[in-house]
Amino acid sequence: MATLSAVLATTHHPFYLKATTAPPEERMPQADEWKRKVEAYRETLTAAEPDILVMVGADHFHQFFSDNYPTFLIGKQPKYDATFYNEEREFGLPTFLLDGHEELSGFMLKGLIDRGFDFSVSHELKIDHSIICPIITTRPQADLPIVPIYTNIFAPPLPSPKRFWDLGRAIREIIDEFPSDKRIAAVGSGHLSLELGGPRQFGETGPDPEFDRQAIEWLRTGDIDAILANVTHESMAGSGNATHGFMDLILMMGIAGAEPAAYVDNLDLFHTMEAYVTWYPNGDPR
Amino acid sequence: MSIYYVNKFLYQVDRDPELLAAYKAEPAALLDRWERDYGQWLNRVERTTWLEFTERERAAIVEHDYVTLFELGAHFFLTLTIFIAIYDEDYAARTGPLSFQREYAQKLSHWMGKDYPTVAL
Repeated sequence: MATLSAVLATTHHPFYLKATTAPPEERMPQADEWKRKVEAYRETLTAAEPDILVMVGADHFHQFFSDNYPTFLIGKQPKYDATFYNEEREFGLPTFLLDGHEELSGFMLKGLIDRGFDFSVSHELKIDHSIICPIITTRPQADLPIVPIYTNIFAPPLPSPKRFWDLGRAIREIIDEFPSDKRIAAVGSGHLSLELGGPRQFGETGPDPEFDRQAIEWLRTGDIDAILANVTHESMAGSGNATHGFMDLILMMGIAGAEPAAYVDNLDLFHTMEAYVTWYPNGDPR
Repeated sequence: MSIYYVNKFLYQVDRDPELLAAYKAEPAALLDRWERDYGQWLNRVERTTWLEFTERERAAIVEHDYVTLFELGAHFFLTLTIFIAIYDEDYAARTGPLSFQREYAQKLSHWMGKDYPTVAL
């Protein structure tokens, strides 16, 4: 059976690459600290020696739209293109051509359907910054095959926080059952408190620093009971209109289980809090 | 209510450099062209026939009026990204990084502490 060698839950700030590769005179004050923290976080994945990456993210109205927006979707392809034109334009992100792992995608799809998750499947999925940014930060050589899973944190109606947790638990079971000697790491990205296109956007901190502090503590301790008791669609909207991306971090904790994280770090940027969390379900390799 | 059609306009124009440049330069003309050549088409063959803007939506799109689009319930991400594409570079050159984004927030400051208009369709 496959080994789940690491689970990473992170935010996906699209300006990381631009901020840390700009000429010194144009760099934002936090750029060097940001780079140090990201490179330290990267080591938590490198140490796990993964062969395959299960990547969890969400489409930001790049490929999918309200005429047909999937609640949960998995890619099943030999290759995946990334980056959309308007992400190159706005964030300076490069293009990629990633390998896929069709066998694990198919096994995952069947296992999810069998467990009551009525997934959509795509054979022509292009990857957006919710997955490419974590590749850039945690595996910049982009040399491993991926299994991309998209969730809807963006276009109401959204699934509940509990549904995201349950999906994470199901993904964990399926990885554990995958008949392979490969080492699989799950890397997913979402948000802490975040406002986009509203009155609280681009402030000096994220829109709800108290939520950010609490959310990181919940992830650090694996406290799913506190999350499900406190986090609702309404409470997330109160913390910022794009905070619902926190549900993808709940999903990642679902893959790991209700266990303390092995590594937790964060960085307060000018309008959002970055978070970097890693669990080692089969033991800490470091 | 046709906010879906507004979102479709924002979604398609933001993803096409030629449409975006035309929306920046001549918004009324681009809106007419988009309705004729894009708005009702599902693909190159099939079309719907009934989608249309309200007069208020049409005016907000032509005037680049992101405050009204927010208040009508246009999706926050679609609205933000298309107007960043149109205005951010000019603002940044004139008044520094993020100055457009911060002016955008200030113009919506009357919504602080209130529930926002829903973006659910």
